[in-house]
Amino acid sequence: METTRKPVEFQREQFTFSGTGEVYSFTTLQQAPEGFEEQAPYVLALVKLDEGPMVTAQLTDLDGPVAIGDRVEMVTRKLTTEGRRGVIVYGYKFRKILPRA
Amino acid sequence: MRDVAVIGIGQTPVGEHWTSGLRQLAADAIHDALNDAGLKQIDALYVGNAFGAAFSNQTHLGALVADYAGLGGPEAYTIEAADASGAAALRTGYLAVASGAVETALVVGVEKSTDTVGEARTLARNTSLDADYEAAHGATQTALAAMLMRRYLHEYGLELSAFEGFSINAHANGARSRYAMFRNTLKPGGFARAPMISDPVNLFDSAPDADGAAAVILTTFERAVDLVPQPVRITGSAVATDALALQDRANLLYLGAANRSAHKAYAQAGITPDAVNLFELHDEYTVIAALSLEAAGFAARGEGWKLAQEGALALNGRLPISTFGGLKARGNPAGATGVYQAVEACLQLREQAGDNQVPGAKIALIQNLGGLGGTAITHVLQI
Repeated sequence: METTRKPVEFQREQFTFSGTGEVYSFTTLQQAPEGFEEQAPYVLALVKLDEGPMVTAQLTDLDGPVAIGDRVEMVTRKLTTEGRRGVIVYGYKFRKILPRA
Repeated sequence: MRDVAVIGIGQTPVGEHWTSGLRQLAADAIHDALNDAGLKQIDALYVGNAFGAAFSNQTHLGALVADYAGLGGPEAYTIEAADASGAAALRTGYLAVASGAVETALVVGVEKSTDTVGEARTLARNTSLDADYEAAHGATQTALAAMLMRRYLHEYGLELSAFEGFSINAHANGARSRYAMFRNTLKPGGFARAPMISDPVNLFDSAPDADGAAAVILTTFERAVDLVPQPVRITGSAVATDALALQDRANLLYLGAANRSAHKAYAQAGITPDAVNLFELHDEYTVIAALSLEAAGFAARGEGWKLAQEGALALNGRLPISTFGGLKARGNPAGATGVYQAVEACLQLREQAGDNQVPGAKIALIQNLGGLGGTAITHVLQI
């Protein structure tokens, strides 16, 4: 059908983030959903990326307390396994950026 | 649009109904409501249910419930909007009657949470999160609420005890209601020592999953005055949405959809927040109660928690909330919760609330949230 109206813009742009940001907030889950129960307790965070957007991800490689504002970087880790013989699901987690020695 | 009124209400006690399934709970509430209205026939049934598929392996509740309740084959189907499913069904019934398409609408909210337990229930409940960006990373609704609460405490420089008043108030009111799941009172000081679920959200902070069903019958106000002695008018009805995932909100500490739906409902009803005599809000977590008070215009940003400190929220306070225990003590039967709120508001306005009565209540505000405010549905009820 011919139309003179402008189409609604819906364009998502591909963008590569630096993978670094800071902890906006976090929690330690004691009650995990099925598929994550073997990992509990684990730390989940809202990470504010340096470019602005926020992502929800686990914090990993922790050997001390976490605080709001901690600098973190993205790493690839196993998220869960789909059953005993199932597919291993990989995804992003974040770890603290340690000050250089 | 025609004026709409509630002419019948019904509810089952909220709790763990190990001996009743979805259909029985729904039918019990429906028969209560039909008896209350003195009706045998309705024209349409709208079922609010959030987790039938995930908890109970059951969809297609319109036909199931209409048949089991003996309604004679009316128009019937399910409305789903996570924990706001009950209010979404109420909104659908309201629209059907207001538009002139339906004369008498029956709205039932029903949930059977105890059909699953433990980690399986947590997984089932996670179907209402963002599957790719939240649930896939091990998030739960409680964990997301906990991150909101930690940030709220951080931004406004508060201790956890700032939220204690919400749970004490909810349990004080739940203790007076035979429909409430929890009828114990909470002692001041116990809140901060309760076992952690997802810090800082603890056992005394979050609402319990529950079974239950509640029903309301709607018709035009014009017909209602001839049918029942105390029709309750629905003078405002509004829905708004926000980003589903918390991470995608412009401001995480502000419930934008709750704000927009409340103010749309106020405008339709021609009222301002100070006219409201009681507020049934979505206190699934205490931080959500605080944020709901802020969004609906009862407190400035960052100050919703203060109302819980001053006794303002008690049955005899300036703005009673959770008058039958709220989600925290009445319990949270997910897709039924929004209809429970409507039933409770009607009991208050009809002065049938017994030990839970808010003196002289004329205008009630009810607000049901899906997720942590991804959906917000607000109604104004008046007598």
